[in-house]
Amino acid sequence: MADEASIDTTVPAGEGVRRRDFINVAAVSVAGVGGLATLVPLISQMSASADVLAESSTEIDISAIEPGQAIKAVFRKQPVFIRNLTQQEIAEANAVNPTTLRDPQSLADRTKPGKSNWLITMGVCTHLGCVPLGAGQGEVKGEFGGYFCPCHGSVYDTAARIRKGPAPKNLEVPPYEFTSATVVKIG
Amino acid sequence: MSFPWAKHYKPSHPLMVWLDEKLPLPRFVYNAIGGGYPVPRNLNYFWNFGVLAGFCLVLQILTGVILAMHYAANSGVAFDSVEHIMRDVNWGWLLRYAHANGASAFFVVVYIHIFRGFFYSSYKAPREMIWLLGVVIFLLMMATAFMGYVLPWGQMSFWGAKVITGLFSAIPIVGEPLQQWLLGGFSPDNAALNRFFSLHFLLPFVIAAVIVLHIWALHIPGSSNPTGVEVKQESDTVPFHPYYTAKDGFGLGVFLLGYFAMVFFFPNALGHPDNYIAANPLSTPAHIVPEWYFWPFYAILRAFTADFLFIPAKLMGVLAMFSAILVWFFLPWLDTSPVRSGNYRPLFRKFFYLLVIDVLVLGYCGGSPAETKYVLISQIAATYYFLHFLVILPIVASVEKPQPLPFSITEAVLGTDEAATLSGASTAA
Repeated sequence: MADEASIDTTVPAGEGVRRRDFINVAAVSVAGVGGLATLVPLISQMSASADVLAESSTEIDISAIEPGQAIKAVFRKQPVFIRNLTQQEIAEANAVNPTTLRDPQSLADRTKPGKSNWLITMGVCTHLGCVPLGAGQGEVKGEFGGYFCPCHGSVYDTAARIRKGPAPKNLEVPPYEFTSATVVKIG
Repeated sequence: MSFPWAKHYKPSHPLMVWLDEKLPLPRFVYNAIGGGYPVPRNLNYFWNFGVLAGFCLVLQILTGVILAMHYAANSGVAFDSVEHIMRDVNWGWLLRYAHANGASAFFVVVYIHIFRGFFYSSYKAPREMIWLLGVVIFLLMMATAFMGYVLPWGQMSFWGAKVITGLFSAIPIVGEPLQQWLLGGFSPDNAALNRFFSLHFLLPFVIAAVIVLHIWALHIPGSSNPTGVEVKQESDTVPFHPYYTAKDGFGLGVFLLGYFAMVFFFPNALGHPDNYIAANPLSTPAHIVPEWYFWPFYAILRAFTADFLFIPAKLMGVLAMFSAILVWFFLPWLDTSPVRSGNYRPLFRKFFYLLVIDVLVLGYCGGSPAETKYVLISQIAATYYFLHFLVILPIVASVEKPQPLPFSITEAVLGTDEAATLSGASTAA
């Protein structure tokens, strides 16, 4: 301590910033930035990993689905409903004025041009994520002829739009494209 | 700190004298739960539940660490490894049932501990910090229990994880990315299972650390008591050991009778049969409910069915559910009555029992299917729940005329207190 006092390199007291203050601020700043930078890997390791993301597109052959039928496929480890609507179901969906709905969308908004019979939606209820009934053979379709979620009673119509119950949104339409007349690529 | 009359640790054996100089651990224990901690002499059996909660944590950590030796946190084999524990591991069934029912026992004990605090206003000055730390412990317990329930990777595990992490998707803008970040994917899968296992192992030790703070904060003012009158003199207290070690030991014996009755005779009574079906992401069980200890909060979550102002119903439910616990953080400043114990507060006491009934009703609704009548009852009960804390408690505190308090704990116990007579005489003179 005595040595330190005798080799005093600082300016006299009361004359502003000492050289040591600069070193102090610089060192703490570098350490702080470095510390913050370590948060990036620590936080982003939690996000979906490359293999999970690699599974995020799927190709499905839809040639065997007759009008009025639906299948459940898997996209991002979640169910997808692919439904071949009948002319009557399409008419029912178009008979509703979209502006009166909770989540206003027309059937055309939810299908591809010229393919309005192919209704492709996630099979994930927008309330709390249960799988609605109505895609499988003999499952209850609810009073609007689409899907019915047994968990909390959300009812979807033939365009998979929310009509009744606690869910806030229509069943989500995932990104997809027709790679040929009979194959659809989801994701 | 302690009271001036607290006994001092005096090691007699030379080895203990040597240890006391180098690392005074025995002294620390003596002052914490030994003869060196003077405790009010009038504690009733509701004061056993803190020690019981500590016992439950030790029980859960012991059985949990052993289960982790046999369990595999991989979504491909997790369900089978739990069946392996149940069928193949020596005494595995006992360890798993002890752990699963231990969680329920822990919550029973902690709920009684919390409601003891409500009735005797244990949260009031100078004990606010003990209460705040207690609420933190409770939140950590809920997180730990939820993640533990996911580990067997049955249907209820999977859909519970899906629904609960789905709550975060209700948050505007950041909700969806936040949910994907929490799960490490688009729905619960191996990444989620692994991190839940890691955190389920870690959090109990965090809880243990917060309990150390909880007890540290307790030892500053000392324990409260059923009269709510602070300790004044030596005759108000007895040393923790042997008086309360004995009383807690007896309480522990009674607790273990009930606990092992559950473990041995009704090990699945509080579970769900659906969780003995392996997780299936394509099929939702018809009736999803959380474990019983979450039912009151689940009822509050589901009570919101219509949008409120600009807030969607789903988000309102989530906010209300979390607020139901967060409101406890403000309790020390909502209940402004200077009298602590419900025994001397006739009006408060009535509302306390109403709250107990209200929470039981919420619990019943939370465990029932989401039918209109249960939702309606939940809405009424949830409204009353918040009214109790935010409106009724402050009003009761200002309008109520409490009954006269005893002069001291000694007087409450013995009927007379020499010190009271003396001070009365001096006032008269």
